[in-house]
Amino acid sequence: MRDNLVKHLLLSCASLSIVFLAGITVTLFKEGLPIFKEVSVFKFLFGRYWYPTYDPPDFGILPLILGSLWVTLGALFVAVPLGVGSAMYISELAHPKLREILKPMVELLASVPSVVYGFFGMVFLGPLVQRLFDLPVGLTCFTASIILGMMALPTVASIAEDAISAVPRELREASYALGAMKWETITKVVVPAASSGIIAAVILGFGRAIGETMTVLMVAGGAAVIPRSVFQPVRTMTATIAAEMGEAPMGSDHYHALFGIALVLFFITLGFNLLADKIIKG
Amino acid sequence: MRRFKQFVGFVVLKTSVVVGVLFLFSLIVVIALNGARVLSPEFLLEFPREGMTGGGIFPAIVGTFLLSLGAVGFALPLGVLGAIYLREYAGGGRLVRAIRTGINTLSGVPSVVFGLFGLAVFVKLFGFGVSVLSGSLTLGILILPVIIRSTEEAIEAVPREFREASYALGATKWQTVKGVVLPAALPGILTGAILGVGRAAGETAPILFTAATFYTRHLPGSPFDEVMALPYHIYALMTEGTEPEHQVPIAYGTALVLLLLVLAVNFIAIVIRYRARRARKW
Amino acid sequence: MKRILTALGLITSLYVGEGWTRERALTLAGSTTVLPIAQRAAEEFMNLHPDVSISVRGGGSGVGIAALIDGTVDIANSSRPIKTKELKKAREKGIKPVGTVIAKDGIAVIVHPSNPVGELSLAQIRAIYTGEINKWKEVGGESKTIVVISRDVASGTFEVFKKLALGGERVRPDALMLASNKAVATTVAKTPGAIGYIGLGYLSPEVKAVKVEGVYPSKEDVVSGEYKLARPLFMYTDGEPRGLAGEFINFILSPKGQKIVEELGFVPVK
Repeated sequence: MRDNLVKHLLLSCASLSIVFLAGITVTLFKEGLPIFKEVSVFKFLFGRYWYPTYDPPDFGILPLILGSLWVTLGALFVAVPLGVGSAMYISELAHPKLREILKPMVELLASVPSVVYGFFGMVFLGPLVQRLFDLPVGLTCFTASIILGMMALPTVASIAEDAISAVPRELREASYALGAMKWETITKVVVPAASSGIIAAVILGFGRAIGETMTVLMVAGGAAVIPRSVFQPVRTMTATIAAEMGEAPMGSDHYHALFGIALVLFFITLGFNLLADKIIKG
Repeated sequence: MRRFKQFVGFVVLKTSVVVGVLFLFSLIVVIALNGARVLSPEFLLEFPREGMTGGGIFPAIVGTFLLSLGAVGFALPLGVLGAIYLREYAGGGRLVRAIRTGINTLSGVPSVVFGLFGLAVFVKLFGFGVSVLSGSLTLGILILPVIIRSTEEAIEAVPREFREASYALGATKWQTVKGVVLPAALPGILTGAILGVGRAAGETAPILFTAATFYTRHLPGSPFDEVMALPYHIYALMTEGTEPEHQVPIAYGTALVLLLLVLAVNFIAIVIRYRARRARKW
Repeated sequence: MKRILTALGLITSLYVGEGWTRERALTLAGSTTVLPIAQRAAEEFMNLHPDVSISVRGGGSGVGIAALIDGTVDIANSSRPIKTKELKKAREKGIKPVGTVIAKDGIAVIVHPSNPVGELSLAQIRAIYTGEINKWKEVGGESKTIVVISRDVASGTFEVFKKLALGGERVRPDALMLASNKAVATTVAKTPGAIGYIGLGYLSPEVKAVKVEGVYPSKEDVVSGEYKLARPLFMYTDGEPRGLAGEFINFILSPKGQKIVEELGFVPVK
């Protein structure tokens, strides 16, 4: 009898994750839907101008979506080669002792707070990029992509590494038995066998990067314009929410619009996470 | 030819690891060197003075301390109980799978969305205002998946024989969990809690609208007060600061303190894991 | 383990308990232009009244006013008058925002010290900021692209600039939107082709202020009205300033407070 009570108590605790998730979804909808009374969904998603505080305001988030996309894709450009490459190295080539050092290092990269990354971008990488490429400003999509890429790298690397090490030993041994060298085994047997895991790693890396706020807020520059080059400042969805939420009085159109952005962001990350989940489960 | 390809391939892989390590090192070195110049007992123990250009960051350290402990205070009991259910009581049914998907999804939600949720629910709906309480609750939800995951791992690692011995002695399920499984899983749970502290301490977006303030002379006197926090302090100094010549060094120092905190957290977690593995008699 | 936890708990409760009984508290938020004044004044005020705890935040005038309307701050610092939209919202929530002018300020238009351009007309400024003019050559400077620096939506400085200099028109979308006066000043100081606008109090040798309509943004010309881009700085409260908020605002209006205003580079109210 008591055991049953306990079981139900524990079940409710476990269900909290769904409860909170539902709560977040409900809140986003409740606070975000009202904006679509002022602006059609189409105009919101594809409108090219974000001028929320003008009279009349413009609530088009296309530049923000594209800003997020550009920065994130740029980040993947960095994170995927480095992450998958590191995963391959750590899993297949590294000395066990070296592995013991490298794996904690990857964890360390992952636990550096995002604001510290953003800070590093502002004081070091931004000025460096500005000098190297002779740009008017160093806070650009390019700079943000590099830092974001390094932030997503641990995600990509650890999941890819899990996938690669999970490949059964027999496959490798069969390959060697056929006379293949180590590199050929890795590239033609192991990696393809781990491909679904690696794809999942990339997708999760994408989700991680697109949801990042502080780094892009501090490093990407802050111009809500459809980017024409990576060396331009851009504004992402996350940075817009963080920068403007304080200014929007509760219940105003601007407030609802920001929640609307959060809705879009939420669904994008949700979609990618579920997709990756599905791929991992096979 | 094949050998050459292998050589090049290995070099490429090694390079990807080197780039990652180099980035991590440069980040740590840049912040450490510049931050160390500012670090002193006064810096750590004094309040900010002269319009944020002098004095120390004591209230930010305290604020971060309170916020992360508060977050773990909320997340730990709920997360542990939930994990116990998932590992000890749950079947394989649809509810359990939904809960797991919920946990995975929750861990992929962008931090700024948590901040919005905290704003709409804790700050406004519950009326807690911008406070330690709102911030801790918001951060607590954010780290819940971390706690659940590490607790689950810890519980899973407890050998079946322990439980069976307990049942053989006539104990009920709950008695077994409470008296045998939990104590054995304690180091793992502790590790999770500490990692949760580290994660919560570094987050900025969730506390932007729920807890953080730029300057206050006194420590929070109640859970309903605003607090300064290390990550927010870095952000505010860099973007809203009024005297960069003095404030950028302070930002460096704050970043260093935050980095050291995160390093310490990771280090303690590793030590606990190591010690537990040693002490384990199984 | 248990002992450590209990000890921690005791220590925390000890000092938290001490806090309960203590002080009178005041929160301010809003304009980054007013922030230095608010902060310095807060320090002085707390020195004079040790039982008072004042917390100051930036965020921009819009943030401050929104917080006042939501009831989460006592005083909203603002570098622009409250908007009708905001007044409406406030009324819905039963808040009556009353503004007190605590200083006067000018908005200086700045460029990099190496920029040969020394003056601009309001029409030129508008054209640059709305995207009609793109190169410094078009206003008598070198053949360089103009890097347009602006403020983000929360900024009161931006709102005033938009009204006085841009006639309410939209800023070009590729303008860099920064979060504070200082950020603008720092960026302009580092970027040879940049143009920006800041409150008087943020002028420094690192940037060059251009004459607007032939007038240099000096304190005298702000006071006399010769300099076109001038504006009062406000502190908004719910109703007339009373209680601790009233004491604080009175302090800023007192000679001691106005001296702080002047020291920080703004223009005193008198």
